[in-house]
Amino acid sequence: MLDSQMIWLLVQGIGETLYMTLGATLFSYVIGLPLGVILVVCAKDGIKPCLPVYRVLDVIVNLTRSIPFLVLAVWIIPFTRLITGTSIGSTAMIVPLVLAAAPFVARLVESSLLELDKGIIEAAQSMGASNFQIIWKVMLSESKPSLLNGATIAVTTILGYSAMGGFVGAGGLGAIAYNYGYYRYQTDIMLITVILLVIIVQVMQGSGNKLTSHADKRKI
Amino acid sequence: MEKEIIIQIQDLEKTFRTKSGDVHALRDINLEIRKGDIFGIIGMSGAGKSTLVRCINLLEKPTAGKVIFDGIDISGLEDAELRKMRRSMGMIFQQFNLLMQKTAEENICFPLEIAGVDKRKAKARAKELLELVGLSDRAKSYPSQLSGGQKQRVAIARALAPNPKVILCDEATSALDPVTTNSILSLLKDINRKLGVTVVIITHEMDVIEKICNRVAIIDSSHIAESGSVEEIFFKPQTEAARRLVYPEGDQLTQFGPVAEQACWRIVFDGNSSFEPVIAGMVLECKAPVNILFADTKNIDGKAFGQIVVQLPEDVDIAERMLKYLRSKNLTVEEVRGYAG
Ligand SMILES: Nc1ncnc2c1ncn2[C@@H]1O[C@H](COP(=O)(O)OP(=O)(O)O)[C@@H](O)[C@H]1O
Ligand SMILES: [Mg+2]
Repeated sequence: MLDSQMIWLLVQGIGETLYMTLGATLFSYVIGLPLGVILVVCAKDGIKPCLPVYRVLDVIVNLTRSIPFLVLAVWIIPFTRLITGTSIGSTAMIVPLVLAAAPFVARLVESSLLELDKGIIEAAQSMGASNFQIIWKVMLSESKPSLLNGATIAVTTILGYSAMGGFVGAGGLGAIAYNYGYYRYQTDIMLITVILLVIIVQVMQGSGNKLTSHADKRKI
Repeated sequence: MEKEIIIQIQDLEKTFRTKSGDVHALRDINLEIRKGDIFGIIGMSGAGKSTLVRCINLLEKPTAGKVIFDGIDISGLEDAELRKMRRSMGMIFQQFNLLMQKTAEENICFPLEIAGVDKRKAKARAKELLELVGLSDRAKSYPSQLSGGQKQRVAIARALAPNPKVILCDEATSALDPVTTNSILSLLKDINRKLGVTVVIITHEMDVIEKICNRVAIIDSSHIAESGSVEEIFFKPQTEAARRLVYPEGDQLTQFGPVAEQACWRIVFDGNSSFEPVIAGMVLECKAPVNILFADTKNIDGKAFGQIVVQLPEDVDIAERMLKYLRSKNLTVEEVRGYAG
């Protein structure tokens, strides 16, 4: 069963999975990172409290996070088509992945930034730092290890979503598992894809942990 | 001739609005801090010390009143001007508040980087300051690799980086052991003397005030109870709040003396009298024993300071004679109330 054609299919699947996962993670951070920062900055004890903004974003983030991923993916097909010109394939799947993951990323970023000791921000204020400098040079810079740790969680979670995307027309390992395991009862192929997914998650988690501990100067 | 005023606080008030009602953290605060002073602000926990020091650099916006710094009313400044002003007011904290992901050197460069100073110049300045605080060999260390005292030295160097006129210290030694506390205090004194930087010290420990301050204000439940030179406050405290801080051990009298209805007397050594054994002299002269309830004498700047609390004999005549004897030695003697029973 593992002929060269099958192996090529699996290699392609790995490529598509990585493409979707990393692409979606990138765009999720493009949206989620600023959202997380705004949530922290605008909160009641933030550096520029602005409750209306905080409350609106908070509700949006919660709403988006409570929609099941597959429902979201199907629901926004028209939007996906508008952006990518198609509703199937790996590129198209990045759109719902980003929409589902960005609010999640925003929460991860928010909780990383909230871990930061308020005293350090106060010290920066006492030196005459502007809010922009505080966000950039204190909050984000000091939270780097925690943010990297969050990114590891985000990327592995998005990988899981992308495999689910196999049900609704995405490519990648998820689609292979679905097509061969579910439709053709070739459980061995399904098992191989699952093992490959597990390995990818392990590698991502492992390198994420390495990066995090390398970046952290607090425990030496 | 009196030195120029650098910080003047006028009718300052601060009220926090909380869910459980208003908290009046500061009321009717008036203070003058002069150039070159090491000015102590002492009070019990919750008295409003941190709020007061945070009002001085406007980390906290006063509800009313003015803060005049170097001739300018800074309570009315725009954000941008306020940030610029803060560069002339360094601040150090109990928890050091260093950037944990940056080295000692990078921490010291940080306020300069914020101010847009050229990187090379900032590094040169950091080197100079590391030398001043005695940490030249730890430039590349991260805060997690430094002891508490070393962290505070880095924090002091960081506060000094932009050449401030004033350094505000909020409980800067409260997280340190006594030996390290002393070394940090003498560093602050050095900086004050060498660089002429005015130092404002917030503390709850009289020891700190006694060691390095020349002036002190006592803050008690949100208002200034007393202020003046350290000697004045230390040896002639006018208010109950001041006495509690200066003689906290006084409380123990209730526990250890056989304190009956008899009055107790506090003999104050205020540096004017020689350190002769007055009590022994008094006992010999009046030929009656006294009960020493408490004694704490200190040597400050080579002069004898401190207090002894005694219980005089019940015989009014003898007691009278003893008081006369003590006063003839130029000692301040005052009756202590509230300790009996
Ligand atoms: N942000 C705040 N909101 C509400 N109350 C506060 C706030 N900051 C301080 N307080 C209150 O103000 C009083 C003085 O606090 P603080 O200045 O920290 O005292 P100290 O530094 O002398 O211990 C306390 O009763 C404290 O609970
Ligand atoms: Mg305090």
